[in-house]
Amino acid sequence: MSPAKTKTNTEDYLRMYRQMVRIRTFEDNANQLYLSAKMPGLTHMYSGEEAVAVGICEALRVTDKITSTHRGHGHCVAKGADFKEMFCELLGKEEGYCRGKGGSMHIADQSNGNLGANAIVGGSMGIATGSAFTARLLGRDDVTVCFFGDGATAQGLWYEVMNMAALWKLPVIYACENNGYSEYTKTDEIAAGSIVARAEAFGIESHQVDGQDVLAVNALTQKLVERARKGEGPFFIELMTYRYHGHHVGDINREYYRSKEEEQDWKVNRDPIIRFRSWLVEQGIASEEEIEAMNAEIKEDAAAAVEYALHAKYPGANEVDMHVFTDVEHALA
Amino acid sequence: MREITLSQAVNEALAEEMRRDETVFIIGEDVAEAGTPFKVLSGLVEEFGTDRVVDTPIAEPGFMGLAVGAAMTGTRPVVDLMFGDFIFLVMDQLCNQAAKTHYMSGGKLNVPLVLRTNLGATRRSAAQHSQSLHALVAHIPGLKVALPSSAYEAKGLMKTAIRDNNPVVIFEDKLMYNDKAPVPEEEFLIPFGEANIKREGHDVTLIGTSSMVQVCEKAADILAAEGISAEVIDPRTIVPLDEETLLKSARKTSRVIVVDEGHQSYGITGEIASRINEKAFYHLDAPVLRMGAMDVPVPFSPALEDITVPTPEGVAENARKLMSGEMIHAA
Repeated sequence: MSPAKTKTNTEDYLRMYRQMVRIRTFEDNANQLYLSAKMPGLTHMYSGEEAVAVGICEALRVTDKITSTHRGHGHCVAKGADFKEMFCELLGKEEGYCRGKGGSMHIADQSNGNLGANAIVGGSMGIATGSAFTARLLGRDDVTVCFFGDGATAQGLWYEVMNMAALWKLPVIYACENNGYSEYTKTDEIAAGSIVARAEAFGIESHQVDGQDVLAVNALTQKLVERARKGEGPFFIELMTYRYHGHHVGDINREYYRSKEEEQDWKVNRDPIIRFRSWLVEQGIASEEEIEAMNAEIKEDAAAAVEYALHAKYPGANEVDMHVFTDVEHALA
Repeated sequence: MREITLSQAVNEALAEEMRRDETVFIIGEDVAEAGTPFKVLSGLVEEFGTDRVVDTPIAEPGFMGLAVGAAMTGTRPVVDLMFGDFIFLVMDQLCNQAAKTHYMSGGKLNVPLVLRTNLGATRRSAAQHSQSLHALVAHIPGLKVALPSSAYEAKGLMKTAIRDNNPVVIFEDKLMYNDKAPVPEEEFLIPFGEANIKREGHDVTLIGTSSMVQVCEKAADILAAEGISAEVIDPRTIVPLDEETLLKSARKTSRVIVVDEGHQSYGITGEIASRINEKAFYHLDAPVLRMGAMDVPVPFSPALEDITVPTPEGVAENARKLMSGEMIHAA
């Protein structure tokens, strides 16, 4: 863990822990919904990467923006979303964040500044940069964080928008969650040279950080966010992390691309929640009992939200042609 | 009424809307001091500065994506895509992102952006600078598509597009930038989804889009001299489409030719012809004819290029066939 701060930050630390556990719990439930065939389609688990989303989003204000990815539940929770509306969305229910029209890969939560997950790898890099452009044009001090994976660094769009962000000093932070795998392929096999050096080539200040250390992620992000607000952006962070599940929930037999030993090593020795929990206890910030109570409460919240979502209403068939255009109630009427 | 060029009309529309709403900005390649290769934007950077008339690197997907994000967060970008042919470069940002965001977010996020670009062959620019690709985007739910046919439409439709809360793609005919038309000095907007009956007639309906409106009007002149009365209709926007006005005319004349500069196969002409067949079939005396650009890449040589697009003579010839009953026998 990073150097300890004083205990005046107790609330912040506990909230970070809580948010990481909420993400893990959300994903465990989502996985169960898939395995028990209660969820339509597929989903991509964020488990293992919690310290990235939480360390970053805890450095942001509600008015700051994020763009997310197909592996986006963690970003959504970390930016302040509620379980109930998220599970409703995953199950295609009317009370979901997007009225069931987006699903897992398109959850957007405008009220908390989440501009949406994106099912095109790298697809939101332009959107994040544009959000930062708006802040500059309208004189707002919002910062936008663009989450994407190592796989997305192969997309040309990133280089186009980084160039513009650097030229115009836009308040955007490009956050690459390097979990080592680009879908079913080792990232080493698809990424030449250094990813950090790619951003540096545009004159963008770049950092690499242990993505399993929530305090390190948070400390770095806080500094960069403050500087981006003052017009010193953009910045790039490569966060070294790991996804516990396969590319998606259905990617079960994956020994052809990575070993069970490797997975086990990350889960046992580098888990961001286990590490942070030990640190909290060591520092006397929380007792084991308090932590267990917190975990149990989150589990109950999630179970209740799942139960609610399972029984919630589907959108009526008349919704199918609504929201195609902002100004036409039913596009096919 | 004063007459101004299509280029001036677009410039005026942008300037008026940028004065009215400070969240409107222009972004694209060589839009500022250069004012675009067609000089449509000349003078705007002097009034609005480089913060609002933004020159970009040559990176169409990048600035298109940036505009989508800017639109989602409180601005109204007008994206300048130098040639319509470059739309292939921005398809993901336009069709997967901009078009679907409102729907995918259950109505929570809006993308009020305008993509202005152009169409039209016969400028001797060959296959990658001459295409008319509006059918591609009209196919995607969530995008509105406007095709101005004169300076008047170019101004009125642009102002409406900028105020619309949806993504709108406007294709200007690059050969018409210097064409003059009467345009009122006082402010006006042209609502989307309202076709314009350019000329009334009772024997045959000629539905033309963009540059093809002029072609249809010239064809109507040729036909008038032969005693055939052609009605000419300009849909002005193909999404939304003013189906009612087109059907009404089809029911009245019972013969229809649809003329558009996009490739004929799987295009706008086929779509409009189908709707007329489905909804006015019992009023028709002949099959609805499609006339699009030839299904070949646009050739460079003038000797070849000129025969790829519909001409007034060609439209008139087809109208005569409809009148004579020849098309019925052909069918």
